[in-house]
Amino acid sequence: MKNENLYNYILGIADNSLILGQRLGELCGHGPSLETDIACTNISLDLFGQVRSYFQYASKIAEDGRTEDDIAMLRKERDYKNVLLVEQPNTNFAYTIGRQFLFDAYHLMFLKALQKSADLTLSAIADKSVKEVSYHERFSSDWIKRLGDGTDESHEKMQDAINDLWTYTDELFHQTEADKIMATEGVGVDVPELKTAYYNYVNEILTEATLEIPESKYFQKGGKQGIHTEHLGYILAELQYMQRTYPNMEW
Amino acid sequence: MSEEQIKNLEQQFEARIARDEKIEPKDWMPEKYRQTHIRQISQHAHSEIVGMLPEGNWITRAPSLRRKVALLAKVQDEAGHGLYLYSACETLGVTRDDLYGQLHSGKAKYSSIFNYPALTWADMGAIGWLVDGAAIINQVPLCNTSYGPYARAMIRVCKEESFHQRQGFEIMLKLANGTAEQKDMAQDALNRWWWPSLMMLGPTDDKSVHTEQSMKWKLKRKTNDELRQQFIDQTVPQADVLGLKIPDPDLKWNEERQSYDFGDIDWDEFWQVVKGHGPMNKERMKARVGAWERGEWVRDAAMAHAEKKKTRKEKQAV
Ligand SMILES: [Fe+2]
Ligand SMILES: [Fe+2]
Ligand SMILES: [Fe+2]
Repeated sequence: MKNENLYNYILGIADNSLILGQRLGELCGHGPSLETDIACTNISLDLFGQVRSYFQYASKIAEDGRTEDDIAMLRKERDYKNVLLVEQPNTNFAYTIGRQFLFDAYHLMFLKALQKSADLTLSAIADKSVKEVSYHERFSSDWIKRLGDGTDESHEKMQDAINDLWTYTDELFHQTEADKIMATEGVGVDVPELKTAYYNYVNEILTEATLEIPESKYFQKGGKQGIHTEHLGYILAELQYMQRTYPNMEW
Repeated sequence: MSEEQIKNLEQQFEARIARDEKIEPKDWMPEKYRQTHIRQISQHAHSEIVGMLPEGNWITRAPSLRRKVALLAKVQDEAGHGLYLYSACETLGVTRDDLYGQLHSGKAKYSSIFNYPALTWADMGAIGWLVDGAAIINQVPLCNTSYGPYARAMIRVCKEESFHQRQGFEIMLKLANGTAEQKDMAQDALNRWWWPSLMMLGPTDDKSVHTEQSMKWKLKRKTNDELRQQFIDQTVPQADVLGLKIPDPDLKWNEERQSYDFGDIDWDEFWQVVKGHGPMNKERMKARVGAWERGEWVRDAAMAHAEKKKTRKEKQAV
């Protein structure tokens, strides 16, 4: 592959949206209200739309005849590059919202930076996505506040979710070799630079939601290197089911 | 109000409907009109949200990204339909929570088609093509029904249902033109969904209880049997295009009637499902009730939060 770094870089971005979209897709029809159901489906829909743009571009770069679906659905577990945060399960609505907010806050900052990419395809995808993700972030931060500053029960549930998910936040700011090279070339986003702003913003929202900011300094990592939690295998089993069972067919 | 006055009002009311005027929420209406509409509109709303389940169950397994996006959008549309219909129903003086209560207790019905399982990807095609197809036949006449909010909701709903039907047909077409395995999958789905789709148009006219009154109020314009015939006549040529076989050995073009004759429907199966003993009735209700119960603390939190915000604002204003 001529531009393997760019290819890997795109997968790193797209896999986050792919796996989070898949998680949200599990909830469709099972949400706490019709309105939240529609909102979660809508976010999932946006994320998969973004995934398609990224993988269509990646398939052009790969030049090996693989389609967007091949790239999305026919890789092995260790070849998925999403962060661990997005593969965490929908334990309850507080976890769904916690995961969403902790990712959205990052995603929005990331896309705003990606809009300035020297790669015109990536900056165009970022331009389109940034509008969608601003809406996601508004939805999830609003719900953080509702649940954090709602009833005692919701406060406790929201706090538990944030405490558990916090350990996955640091990884958002890690860089692979491809990430570093892409950042120096002005194509990729220098994510470590976003870190301070991210925690400032997240802390601000959590405080407004009357939630405690977790103090733990122990973080999990590995997703970007393809070392995932045990959840990913099950997500892929569903994601890949049709493509694996009926190979080489069109749908 | 005296009996005579009520009678007068009723006559004026019926005359308005006969003149094709719309009845609006603030207008006087006979209690029976209100109750019938609450029943029908809520039943329709429940069908939309229970209908999300069989298709929702395939979102994570859709075979391509394009199909996944389309399926998500479709299921989201159905949720939207549920939302407009509940809102239309609320204009008649019930709350959405009451209506959910009726659904969850089993008092309210929903379309019995959703008590069948969606087993393969081809079911996503068959449901769109046949189930949304039958729904359109049922619903297009409702775009002109007498109750304004219902009629307006139906105009929007019908537009989206036709889109769903085309999308479902397109899924079937792709399978029918695909590998032998894909074609088998499509045929199998048609075999399983055909008869339940015919049942969706309701019991035969002699068994249907509400028809006459419903005709007068424009809740119904054609009888169930007429609608069923229309559905069959419309769908058989489409199956031909797909190269699939309708699973009815008695299906035959009747030159004289310019319509298809068709075989006997298994009404025992229909009533079994309606009475709650179809393959998925219990699961569907468990899913709905489960979502509602698991969501209670979330809804309570949203309410408590809104209350706190209001109090804070009021304090600031002082
Ligand atoms: Fe619908
Ligand atoms: Fe419908
Ligand atoms: Fe539909």
